[in-house]
Amino acid sequence: MSDHSDHTDHTDHKGELEPLGDPGLPAHVHRRADHDPVAEKRAERQVSGLFILGTLSAIGFIASYVGIKSDQYIFLPLLGTTNAQQLALGMSLALALLFVGFGAVHWAKVLMSGEEHVNLRHEMRSAEDDRKELVEKFSKGAEDSGLGRRSLIKRTLGAALALVTISPLIILRDLGPLPKKELEKTNWRTGSRLITDPGGIPLKASDLEVGGVAHVLPELPDGQNETLNDLVRDPVLVIRLRPEDLHLNAQQTNWTHDGIIAFSKICTHMGCAVGLYEQQTHHLLCPCHQSTFDVTTGASVIFGPAARPLPQLAITVDSEGYLVAQHGFTEAVGPSFWERSS
Amino acid sequence: MNRLSKYRRHPLAAVLVVVMGLLLVGSLYSLASSASPAQATNARSQAVEEGRQMFLKGCSSCHGLNAEGTDTGPSLIGVGAAAVDFQVGTGRMPMADASVQAMARTPQFTPEQTVAIAEFVASLAPGPGIPSQEALNYERDGNLAQGGELFRTNCAMCHNFAGQGGALTQGKYAASLMGVDPQKIYEALITGPQSMPVFGDRVITPEEKLSIIKWLKAAESEKAQGGISLGKVGPVTEGLLIWTLGLGLLVGAAVWLGAKSK
Repeated sequence: MSDHSDHTDHTDHKGELEPLGDPGLPAHVHRRADHDPVAEKRAERQVSGLFILGTLSAIGFIASYVGIKSDQYIFLPLLGTTNAQQLALGMSLALALLFVGFGAVHWAKVLMSGEEHVNLRHEMRSAEDDRKELVEKFSKGAEDSGLGRRSLIKRTLGAALALVTISPLIILRDLGPLPKKELEKTNWRTGSRLITDPGGIPLKASDLEVGGVAHVLPELPDGQNETLNDLVRDPVLVIRLRPEDLHLNAQQTNWTHDGIIAFSKICTHMGCAVGLYEQQTHHLLCPCHQSTFDVTTGASVIFGPAARPLPQLAITVDSEGYLVAQHGFTEAVGPSFWERSS
Repeated sequence: MNRLSKYRRHPLAAVLVVVMGLLLVGSLYSLASSASPAQATNARSQAVEEGRQMFLKGCSSCHGLNAEGTDTGPSLIGVGAAAVDFQVGTGRMPMADASVQAMARTPQFTPEQTVAIAEFVASLAPGPGIPSQEALNYERDGNLAQGGELFRTNCAMCHNFAGQGGALTQGKYAASLMGVDPQKIYEALITGPQSMPVFGDRVITPEEKLSIIKWLKAAESEKAQGGISLGKVGPVTEGLLIWTLGLGLLVGAAVWLGAKSK
């Protein structure tokens, strides 16, 4: 302390600071258990108490597996009615692990040596003799192998190593082939009937009332089934509005039938199923990122990250009154991809 | 009479005569006009008239005296008895306040009054009727697996995968379907209340509707297999819990590990 006040005086006189020396470690504070045998005994009892609790919890784990029926349910406040065995297994195992861990940490903190030790790092550079010896051994070995003289071995080894390294790249082929036009195709064709999903019933225009919706798929030729790959491209949402509520251009209007309008259900942002239709506002919502489409203006984006309107499916009715597609989608459904042509 | 006749030249006498004449004609007219609905009551059913009275008291301020609709409420002509039974029977109507969405609350009318209003509205124009209890035997006529499939395609995007309800835009929401009377679920499907679209009987057949109800009832009574369900709304509550309680516990443990023992 007296040193420090000297420095302060010094600074005051000359008006400049001297660099501070290494402060070192703070003085070690001994814990009560280090010098008080009573406290040490108590700490010991605490640690073993925690380990005993861990043991008891583990026994509880075994007991709940053996003793509680798997179909027994209990009511607990906050949790509600829940499976008794699963709850007991989970809780007892968690408690067993926790108590063992707490015991170990408590042991290390109160009983094991608490002295601070300084371990200086050894020098990085090896001893001079060791370095010399290594260089000698290496050059002797190189000379012995005769790699410098035997060029045939050198070249063939080079070729083998190069090919062994590069050859696994061939399996990257499995990332392909490129989808080409595959992503732009759906099963919607001229005259495909709109069938309910699930259910598979063909829809008539008269089946939909104003404000009604139907989730539909294209009716496939006999013997063909919707595959999972089809199901990410084909789903369509059919909505019936009052025709005067629609504000569409001539082509879009031509693609509707008597206020019935159909859109691809696959979001143009990330491909989620856009299914939240608000009947009063005519907004269509994607549940994943809240892209909002306005059905009355051809599913134009009014909110959210989607970049394009939902592709509209051109529909009409056939001679029997069933809703059918005029033709397939005129653009790729779903999110953007590199090879997308429209 | 003499006492009166001496006033017959009085300047106010003419006015008095006109007023009395008007009163007489008025009372006669009101007698005549109150007589004509009385006759109509005989023609219409008692319930419709009762419903009309209820409608005039509880609904007409927004929906108009003849349910033709006003600026504050839509026309109810053609919505059918099912729509009325759903809206009034769940307490959504009469609306508590003109906020974004009518909320379910204690019904303001008794079931009998509700049916009466429904019959009055149904008498205006045909619409979907109230499904009978016999037609709602979902335990017998429903198919659980099919119901789940239908629910996931048609309902889950708004009402949550476990029927817990979910948010729509600008404060609107899809209500929770837990503990909802099967009849009300069925009515909502066929009438499309508020933001909900209509699911007609050809799009989802009556049997399929019963399957959905059966699945909902199974989901409702499904017991938790252990752990906290956290409202069954998925990552929102689960994330909240782990980011607050879970991380809080870890931070506490780290502080305890680093603290020096005394």
